[in-house]
Amino acid sequence: MQLTAVVRKDVLLQWRSPGQRVAILAFGVTVLLLLSFAAGPNTGALRPLASGFLWLALLLSSTLALADSFQTEMEQHALEGLLLLPVSARAIYYGKALANWCQLLVLALLLVPCAVVLYDVTITRVLALSGVLVLGTAGLSAPGTLYAAMAEQAKAKQVLLPLLLFPLVVPVLLASVKATALLVTGDPMRQVGSWAALLASFDLVYWSLCGLLFNRVVEH
Amino acid sequence: MIGTASLGPVGAPVVLPGGVAQVPELREAAVTATGLARRFGRRWALRHVDLRVEPGRLVMVVGRNGSGKSTLLRLIAGAIRPDRGRVLVGGHDACRDAEAVRRQTALLGHASNTYDAFTALENLTVTARLTGTPTDRDALTSVLDRVELAAYRDESVAGFSAGMRRRMAFARLLLQTDAVAPRDRSHKASVVLLDEPYAQLDWPGFRFVDDLVRSLAARGMTLLMATHLVDRGVSLCDDGIVLEQGKLRWAGPAAWLGTRSGRELLDRPEGRD
Repeated sequence: MQLTAVVRKDVLLQWRSPGQRVAILAFGVTVLLLLSFAAGPNTGALRPLASGFLWLALLLSSTLALADSFQTEMEQHALEGLLLLPVSARAIYYGKALANWCQLLVLALLLVPCAVVLYDVTITRVLALSGVLVLGTAGLSAPGTLYAAMAEQAKAKQVLLPLLLFPLVVPVLLASVKATALLVTGDPMRQVGSWAALLASFDLVYWSLCGLLFNRVVEH
Repeated sequence: MIGTASLGPVGAPVVLPGGVAQVPELREAAVTATGLARRFGRRWALRHVDLRVEPGRLVMVVGRNGSGKSTLLRLIAGAIRPDRGRVLVGGHDACRDAEAVRRQTALLGHASNTYDAFTALENLTVTARLTGTPTDRDALTSVLDRVELAAYRDESVAGFSAGMRRRMAFARLLLQTDAVAPRDRSHKASVVLLDEPYAQLDWPGFRFVDDLVRSLAARGMTLLMATHLVDRGVSLCDDGIVLEQGKLRWAGPAAWLGTRSGRELLDRPEGRD
């Protein structure tokens, strides 16, 4: 009940700030575009890098989305208001993490067509790619929500979130890039399943641990 | 100066200036603070405060800016943790059993705790969903009506003035203190903490706060109210405490603070007796 209430609140908050959502998407597309410029005009050279560029753009845009989710909470001390209610901190964390997950997933689904156009890749296994996107964004959302809560209380919040988040999500990033690359360039050895299982394991660890740690992060 | 305060009719009488009370605990206190201390950076906002408030008592908390009034209320509400000492609310430890304490307390702080992107009604709906109170439009509109915001229920809080935001904070408080019947009775707060409740309010707002305090008293709730409006506090509260530089300087009947001696105590910083 409390979890649902937090998810509903956060999704509605995201819905109410369309300008911010468009800006985050535009940032992601710009990153994809810049990376394609950096790699040069040769589409043959771009194709093998497409999955890495896609996840890099998603990671960079996700820091904006995650930071924004706690900035809204801090404006009128709304988070403190939530914490003063008889609501478990875990419900608040999982509610926010789920809402952030949805947001990152939508962002990923919108960035994929841009990557297809920019890097001239063909995606045949759409369902499998969707599965990798679901697992990968879950792996970004769980630690991202925790660190966004931590960074929002610090003075150098803009720097702190990427500084904390990027090293922690390296395993998720590697597994997501590898699984996506196999789906885009071909998977003769049928390795995608192993990478997806690895991603799911990381997700399980992150979602369990971060839920336990959130209370420590938000208590003053 | 006194270091320990016991406020309420049970046990020994309240402490008068110059006295230190050790009161036999005949029943569970609404709030008990023992050796309470809290530091922000290097500055101690609260230093070794002992306090016992009996259920149903209305206590005014007086002190100059930075004397530790807000810190005391926030520690009792479980909004912050003490660096030393402990707080019990209805027998529950504010650190170890924070959720139970939050269920029993309702804090009106300095912030409105609202979301600017939401309307007044949507903001209340969030609180109602999380506290298990009815979320139907009519019930929540009646709460907004009590704080005279019913006409603005579908307007974004972002456009609200400081006074209107304050009223929104009161609406949240009313939801927690059983303004509308909660589905789960255990969610009803029994200790209400008001931090500068008159701040930013207009004249009718002052009357609203007075009526709210009286209605809380009539329902047997315990109240701690930090205020600079001593005369108003004296007319509403049973007991008073004076904080100075984080220390408990005086505790006793609120009415005494309205006397000449009380005024002198408030006007004269400690050490200039």
